[in-house]
Amino acid sequence: MVEAAREIPRARYRYLLDRERLLGPLLISPAIGYIVLLIGLPLLLAIYLSFTNAISGQLSAQFVGLKNFQTILADPLFFQALKNTFIFTSISMLIVLILAKILALALLKSFPGRPIVRFLILLPWVAPISLTTLSWDWVLGASNATLSTVNWTLRAVGILGPQDWIWWTSYTTPAMAAIILIHVWRMLPFATIILLAGLTSIPQEIQDAAVVDGAGFWRRFFEIILPLMLPIVAVAVLFGIIFTATDMTVVYILTRGGPYNSTHVLASLAWQRGIFGGQLGQGAAIAIFLFPLLLIVAFFMLRLARRTEVT
Amino acid sequence: MAIVEVRDLKKYFGKVRAVDGVDLTVQDGEFLVLLGPSGSGKTTLMRMIAGLEQPTAGQIFIDRHVVNDLPPRARKIAMVFQSYALYPHKTAFANIAFPLKAQGLRWEEIRERVEWAAKLLGIAHLLDRRPRELSGGERQRVALARAIVREPSVFLLDEPLSNLDAKLRHAARDELKRFQRNIGTTTIYVTHDQIEAMGLGDRIAIMNEGKVRQIGTPYEVYHEPADTFVATFVGTPPMNLIARAERLIGFRPESFLPKEIYNAHEDLVSFSFHVRRVEHLGSDRLLYGQLAGKDDSPVIAKLPLTVSIPIQEGRSYEFAVRCGDLKFFSRESGWRTEPEF
Repeated sequence: MVEAAREIPRARYRYLLDRERLLGPLLISPAIGYIVLLIGLPLLLAIYLSFTNAISGQLSAQFVGLKNFQTILADPLFFQALKNTFIFTSISMLIVLILAKILALALLKSFPGRPIVRFLILLPWVAPISLTTLSWDWVLGASNATLSTVNWTLRAVGILGPQDWIWWTSYTTPAMAAIILIHVWRMLPFATIILLAGLTSIPQEIQDAAVVDGAGFWRRFFEIILPLMLPIVAVAVLFGIIFTATDMTVVYILTRGGPYNSTHVLASLAWQRGIFGGQLGQGAAIAIFLFPLLLIVAFFMLRLARRTEVT
Repeated sequence: MAIVEVRDLKKYFGKVRAVDGVDLTVQDGEFLVLLGPSGSGKTTLMRMIAGLEQPTAGQIFIDRHVVNDLPPRARKIAMVFQSYALYPHKTAFANIAFPLKAQGLRWEEIRERVEWAAKLLGIAHLLDRRPRELSGGERQRVALARAIVREPSVFLLDEPLSNLDAKLRHAARDELKRFQRNIGTTTIYVTHDQIEAMGLGDRIAIMNEGKVRQIGTPYEVYHEPADTFVATFVGTPPMNLIARAERLIGFRPESFLPKEIYNAHEDLVSFSFHVRRVEHLGSDRLLYGQLAGKDDSPVIAKLPLTVSIPIQEGRSYEFAVRCGDLKFFSRESGWRTEPEF
């Protein structure tokens, strides 16, 4: 009895980590710390900066209220960038969704070499985007049209003459198309994998039942597969929108917003204004502008995902 | 209404012979049960009849037409799956209406037929619920309603009772059988549960390792098993098999009774039975033990409640089997052989 009584206090400390009320907060704290330090504080700083006349290289800044927002709202370039962000995001998401869906359906069927194909499809996603954009620069000849593989191919088949060099990214529409193309190429693996996961989560017996019930491919697709995948598609679209709308790597490396600012998106404009132009306050105001819009998108997408959940 | 026939049907998955040469005819309106352990090929056979799986070789006839190259929707079959496979995002009504919509029927006709099927199965009050709001038994009825609503020629049922709890399963079995008799549709039913098979089937096809071992009425497969597999697979506890020279002698546990309960003039074969353990199961007593002699293979006797002779563990008793209840099998092939004394 005496032995046992002495054991108890030690046991209390030994099993400390078995208590969920202690272990839970302990395990979640690194994640919370990470979010607060690396996402929360910069976000608050950006919101603060957007209300000041801060410029780079200077520590003091004065509160100027909504002046930065007034300035950018009076700037046609800002609306150009906003429109571009919208076009860039919506068109690339639409193409990504359609292609990813087709790819996911194709990868669902087993065929020889499927593991290798599944691996290869992931490559654009795992390669650093700045490096792959440089490769695309070379393909399209954004920096030097005489090196463009597209131009050389067109020459080889006789469409271009010996002295014709097309600077693809020097024209507004091809430049935007090139940016969308690269972005689609980059986002496709991610979307495909998510949709593939959604597809494989539909029980085989339900798909078999639809076949036996006499539904053809389109009826199965629109009445069974698509509704059952909607929650996961909504999450994929949400991620895609946020990744796309806040991305500037492709724009920055390929065109730097040109020609004539025709490919600037909000993220690249904010970078140019705030970091290169030194107008930290204005840059922050441009960057912050997207925040409430994306918040609304996230709210509706998550609600859609929850509403369409059936099991 | 249709006859279903398969001829020399084979399905290989790589080196695995899931179905390995099956010949089978299901008569018009018959209730045929495919019974076998898991991996015996019974579900693959059914999926080939449904058209969900392409045979490696052989032919499938439905209503005397070869249907090998027809898609499932052209075969006039309906199938109920083990998980019921209801569409989780659709109401019971939309689930039942789905095959009719696929046929392109008019809306009024769809509604009429869905209501007819729902009434037949007693689920008319559940039509606007989604599957997750239904109990297991209700889901099963919705699945059955979805199957009958377009009046198929053939019903394929893949273990439709295995997801119900034991009590419900009993009632559902009786209901299913009455239901099938009423509508008179040719039915193929897959199960690994021999009690279900015996209770439901007009005939039972017993499968093992991709082959049909025996087709017969429940009485035939129980009392006249074609080989040792059927003899030991059908019946709980399984048939006792003891080796004698070149043969195996088989007898059912319930045919193996104390000698004193038989009439003196009956033709009996008696054994000295050493009882190792006694199990009291309420309606029966199970006795586990061995026969005296060189052969020490386990033997089980099943005494009904009406046999009240006291039996003690660790003692030997004189037990006997009627000569007619002994079955003989070749020791080499396992096939049934002629009795010989």
